[in-house]
Amino acid sequence: MNPNVLDFEKPIADLEARLRELTLAGSGSAIDVDDEVRRLRQKIEAKTRQVFQNLSAWQIAQLARHPLRPYTLDYATLVFDEFEELAGDRAFADDPAIVGGPARLDGRPVMLIGQQKGRDTKQKIKRNFGMPKPEGYRKALRLMQMAGRFGLPVLTFIDTPGAYPGVGAEERGQSEAIARNLLEMSRLRVPIVATVIGEGGSGGALAIGVADATLMLEYATYSVISPEGCASILWKTAAKAADAAEALGLTARRLAELELIDRIVEEPLGGAHRDPKTTATRLKAALVEELERLDGLPADELLERRYARLRRHGAYEGG
Amino acid sequence: MSWLNKLMPARIRVREKGTSKRNVPEGLWVRCANCGTALYQPELTRNLEVCTKCGHHMPIGARARLAAFLDAGSGEEIGAELGPADPLRFKDSKKYRDRILAAQKETGERDALVAMRGTLYGEPVVACAFEFAFMGGSMGSVVGERFTLAAEDALARRAPLVCFSATGGARMQEGLLSLMQMAKTSAAIARLREAGVPYVSVLTHPTTGGVSASLGMLGDVNIGEPGALIGFAGPRVIEQTVRETLPPGFQRSEFLLEKGAIDLILDRREQRTRIARLLALLAKRPAPAIEAAAQTP
Repeated sequence: MNPNVLDFEKPIADLEARLRELTLAGSGSAIDVDDEVRRLRQKIEAKTRQVFQNLSAWQIAQLARHPLRPYTLDYATLVFDEFEELAGDRAFADDPAIVGGPARLDGRPVMLIGQQKGRDTKQKIKRNFGMPKPEGYRKALRLMQMAGRFGLPVLTFIDTPGAYPGVGAEERGQSEAIARNLLEMSRLRVPIVATVIGEGGSGGALAIGVADATLMLEYATYSVISPEGCASILWKTAAKAADAAEALGLTARRLAELELIDRIVEEPLGGAHRDPKTTATRLKAALVEELERLDGLPADELLERRYARLRRHGAYEGG
Repeated sequence: MSWLNKLMPARIRVREKGTSKRNVPEGLWVRCANCGTALYQPELTRNLEVCTKCGHHMPIGARARLAAFLDAGSGEEIGAELGPADPLRFKDSKKYRDRILAAQKETGERDALVAMRGTLYGEPVVACAFEFAFMGGSMGSVVGERFTLAAEDALARRAPLVCFSATGGARMQEGLLSLMQMAKTSAAIARLREAGVPYVSVLTHPTTGGVSASLGMLGDVNIGEPGALIGFAGPRVIEQTVRETLPPGFQRSEFLLEKGAIDLILDRREQRTRIARLLALLAKRPAPAIEAAAQTP
C-alpha cells in the first residue's frame, strides 16, 4: 500500500502506474505507443473527474490532510517572489510548527505567517505535525505586530490539526496565547487575509485566522473539532468520523453557503497535490485581488468592517 | 442507592451533589463531593454551594450566581429573547434539536449563558454567567451573541464587565459557527480594552477549550475559583497525547496561579466584595461601602 495514495485515489493511481509502464516500454523501442498513451491519459482524466465529482465530506477531510499536499513553505516559494523567514517569540523558543516573515507578493511586501507540517518523519517531528505551542502563536503575534508597525498587510496560511495538547503547552498558557491573538488580530491596523490551505483545526487554526477576508482552497477543511474527535465524543467511537465530517459541515462549499468564508480557490483536477504550481497561481491571483479590494481603506474603517464581519457570525432565534 | 438509603424517607435521603436536577426540594440533604459531609441544602444554598465544612466549591447555577453577585433586585437580563437555532440540522446519535429541548427542560434556561446589567454596591456593572448544566456550558451562537451584547452594553454605558465561566468549550453541534464565537467575543473584549472599560474574568470549574482560549483568558483581571479545572485541552486529551499520567493538581487554579496564568484565586463567598474593590480601584473611585458582615466568609 502506498501511503501517499488515498483509498479513493487508487483507481487513478493504478491508471497512472500503467501509463508510467507504457511510456517506459515505449522509450527506446520501435513500438509506437503514442496512441495508447493518449488514450490512457484521457482515461485518467475521465476517471479523476468522475472520482472528484462527488467527494464526500470525509473524502475531502482526507484530501485536506493528504501527505503530498503543498504546505505553507511550498507556497512561500511558489506564490511569493521572496520570503525572509524570521524565528522565535523573543521570550521562550522558536516553534517550527509556525513559520513567518516578510515576503513579496507580486512585487508587494507583505507579512506571511502560516502553520507548517513536516513531509518526512524527521520533519514531521520537528514541526510537531503542524500543531503549534504557545510560543508559535506568540511568534505569529510578534510578526503581526511588526507588520502593523511597518504597514504590511498580513497573509496567513492555516494548516493544522489543532493547537498542541501537551503538558508544556498548558503550562505556558496555550489558552492565553490563542485568546490574545484573537483579541489583537481584531484590532490590527493593517489588512489581514487568512487562507485555509489544508486542515483548519479548531482554535489552533483560528488563532491565526481572524481576518478581513477568509479564503479556502477547494479541498481544505475548517472545523470546530476534528471529525474523529467529534465522533468519539458524540458517537462514542472514532469509527464514525465520516458521519461526523458530514454533520460538521467543514467543507469549503458548505462554509461558503453558511457565509463563514468569503471565497473558494478552486484546485486543479485531482487536488492541489497533483499540480501545486497551478494551485499556487490561482492562490496568488486570489490573494492579489483580495488585497487590492482592501487597499485604500483607512485603518479605522478597516477595523469597523472587520468587527462588523465578526459580529455577523451566529445563527439564533429571536434576534 | 444503598439499602439504607432506600429505607429512609425521601426528605432525609442523602444525595451526591452535582447529580441533581435544578430545583432542589426543601429538606433535602446532599453530600459534599470532597469531604463527604452531609449538608443541609438550604444552608448550602445560603453559602453559595460552598461546603460549610471543607470549603469545597460545588457547582452553582448561573442565575443563583448572578443573584448573589449583583445588588439584590438590580439585575436586568440582556439577550433573553435569543434562543438556539440549528443551522447545520445537526444529528449524531441524537438530534441537536432534541438535546436543546432536553437541556432547556433540565435547566429552565434557553441557552448556556445568562447576561445581566445591574449594580454592584451601587455602581453600574454588566455580568454574565455560564450555565454548565446546559450542554456542558458549551458556547454556540446564543452564548457568543449574549456575551457580545453584554460587552457592547458595558461599552456603551462604560460599566465594567464581569464574566463567570463554567464550560467545556465550543458547541460542536453548531460547527464552525461556534468557533467563530471565540473571535466575536474576543473582538468585543478588545473594544472594551481600547476604551478603558475593565473586564474581569472569573474562571470556575471547569473552564476549558474554546471559551478558555477566548473570553476566559482575556480579563484585565483573571480570577480562578479554588480547585477549578482550567485549561485549553482537557486532561484526558493530554493524557492520550503524552501517554503519561498527569501530575496531581495539573490545570487546577492553584497550578495556574503558580504558572502565572491567573491573577488570583478567590473564594466564591468573597468574590462580590473583592471584585467591587478591584473595580473601584481601576475606576479611581473611593472604596465601596462594604458592610462588615460581608467581608468575612
